[in-house]
Amino acid sequence: MAIKTEPFVLNIGPVHPSTHGVFRMRATLDGEVVLDIEPVIGYLHRGIEKLAEQRTFTGFIPLTDRLDYISSMSNNMAYCMAVEKLAGVKVPERAQYLRVIIAEMQRIANHLIANGSFLNDCGAYFTPFLYMFREREKVVDLFEMLSGQRLTYNFMRIGGLSQDIPDEFLPALRRFLDKMPAFIDEYDRLLKENEVLLARTRGVGIITAEKALNCSISGPVLRSTGYSWDLRKADPYLLYDRFNFDVPVGMQGDCYDRFRVRMEEMRQSVRIIEQALKDLPLKGAVRADVPQRLHPPKGEAYAHIESPKGELGFHVVSDNSIAPYRVHIRPTSLLNLTALREMVRGWKVADLIVIFGSIDICLGEVDR
Amino acid sequence: MEVVPDYIYPDREIDRAEGQVINDLKANSQPVIPDSDAWLDAELKQNILLTSVDTMIDWAQRSSLWTAICFPACCAFEFIAANGPRFDLSRFGMEILRASPRQADLMITAGTLTWKMAPNVKRIYEQMAEPKWVIAMGACAISGGIFASGYNVVPGYNHIIPVDVYVPGCPPRPEGLIYGIQMLQKKIAKKSLFHKEKA
Amino acid sequence: MTIALSGTELGKRLAEKFPGSIVESIPDCLLVNPSLLPEVAGFLKDIPDLDFNYLNYITSVDYYEYFEVIYRLTSTKYNHSIVLKARCYDRENPVLPSVTELWQGANFQEREIYDLMGIRFEGHPNLKRLLLWDGFAGHPLRKDYL
Repeated sequence: MAIKTEPFVLNIGPVHPSTHGVFRMRATLDGEVVLDIEPVIGYLHRGIEKLAEQRTFTGFIPLTDRLDYISSMSNNMAYCMAVEKLAGVKVPERAQYLRVIIAEMQRIANHLIANGSFLNDCGAYFTPFLYMFREREKVVDLFEMLSGQRLTYNFMRIGGLSQDIPDEFLPALRRFLDKMPAFIDEYDRLLKENEVLLARTRGVGIITAEKALNCSISGPVLRSTGYSWDLRKADPYLLYDRFNFDVPVGMQGDCYDRFRVRMEEMRQSVRIIEQALKDLPLKGAVRADVPQRLHPPKGEAYAHIESPKGELGFHVVSDNSIAPYRVHIRPTSLLNLTALREMVRGWKVADLIVIFGSIDICLGEVDR
Repeated sequence: MEVVPDYIYPDREIDRAEGQVINDLKANSQPVIPDSDAWLDAELKQNILLTSVDTMIDWAQRSSLWTAICFPACCAFEFIAANGPRFDLSRFGMEILRASPRQADLMITAGTLTWKMAPNVKRIYEQMAEPKWVIAMGACAISGGIFASGYNVVPGYNHIIPVDVYVPGCPPRPEGLIYGIQMLQKKIAKKSLFHKEKA
Repeated sequence: MTIALSGTELGKRLAEKFPGSIVESIPDCLLVNPSLLPEVAGFLKDIPDLDFNYLNYITSVDYYEYFEVIYRLTSTKYNHSIVLKARCYDRENPVLPSVTELWQGANFQEREIYDLMGIRFEGHPNLKRLLLWDGFAGHPLRKDYL
């Protein structure tokens, strides 16, 4: 016999170990069952879009680092590509190859953190996370070689890269690539058929492809539904049409699929970097001639990339001055949260945390 | 379970009340809060001998700092890296993260503080049991950093809560953070339990 | 490669279907009459040979004389895209119809525009501030906000 209960409101966040930052949910619960949630965001709203209007086109690049701070390089790149499109700058081929390499390394680093913190939310408190942090440190070391920073790189420039890579970068990357597949195998051995993980994530938080498209969801969350939509294939930017790689898709769009898609994407990233390294021109400019005070012609441009979290785009409006008239950031993480309500309704509170963790958001990008 | 027909949109009253709290805090917290332990150096100049009880208590407190979770932004990842296998913060007896502020005595403020977040940070600080310390990690925590001119950014945590140690950098490297923690431990070592009665 | 559909051709077709709906059609975008925006958007979404099932983003720009709201639509089936624009000339009380019924992805973005630019979206299920708090004075992304 069902007991009649009253729904009540539980406040989760903004400071909570499982909210990946300062996300807050007002959950309406019936006992342990989630009836509805209302995301409350803005606790990290720094007004980056407004700050962009007070800076030069180049001066805005450091701020893009702090959007999705787990994958700063991708943010840099997306913004630079938008301005390049606006100003009609042609990026040298060597710089494009290096951008592909860097973007894929960033994807590996991001997915390591995404999966690590997702497993954290599943209850494996910090053990897999620290395993994955071990490999992330290797990527961070490589980025430190390039830019001198560990987290906020500020490495891309309009028209290419800020400087050429140091001599020791390529051998170090080679060593990393040789080891990385073995590490991914290790995670798979530990986690792929782990009974507890399967019980917690299989069939949990299912979303269909139609629903995901309707909610503007992109990236691994969309691909986990079995829908193959990857901007690297659908709208190739840089040199992605030259490389062979597969787009991993899931089966039914549950949390386990999202986890698996990220794991497989790391393998594909290694594959792309291998090919790019083979073709990388050994000499050549890494930066086009761009004036110090760039003023692109009046107009607007939108450039999007497949960032590790999904479609990341910058809509830049110029009025022919040295500062952007308006910069809009298409926030991947925010739009991936749109369907969170549908995904969690009817599940238990513990599943709410798992589903939320599987989406992989970064609050810097949600709130901007 | 019965399927609820449509979404439950909560009462707007909560939003208004929360907004009022933020506006009040914003209006009332303009001056910088001085470090409550600023007396430390002056006292030492007077050459007061620390008792052995003090030494014992300070040793215990500084060797097992437990951190409350307050990680709004980017610096959190450098903190986790410091906690991680490579930099291994547990060498200094403080790898334990506490989700509940009541069990913590150190707050590492890793990230930009916005006005919307400020009442929550203040509340976390007030919930922590005495004695408690705060490390402002990163440029945003010290002064607002590159976001200082933003319309929603608090220019430094010291407008909301007293800060003991400032660690510069955007973000600080894990070594920098560890150095900051060691500075805090030195500071705790100077603390006298009987100060308040004397003053 | 995502093909950007020509606004002029599509504009001709839409103008026949909904007279007065297209204010201006240039190759880059379609400038839509705000009052007929839901009809035009619904047509673009539902007609099988266009099938714009994906709303990339909505954004807004303040041009002093008017606010411009930009919608970018993509069809993941045919891999083509189009940009719609709508303008609000009323600075005191700008209102546009909501497209949340058609694409749920518009939900948060319309709330964000309401929050930061002050444009109200009629028909939105839960229109309130998204990033800032209730009681914040002004709309920061407007050009006259200092």
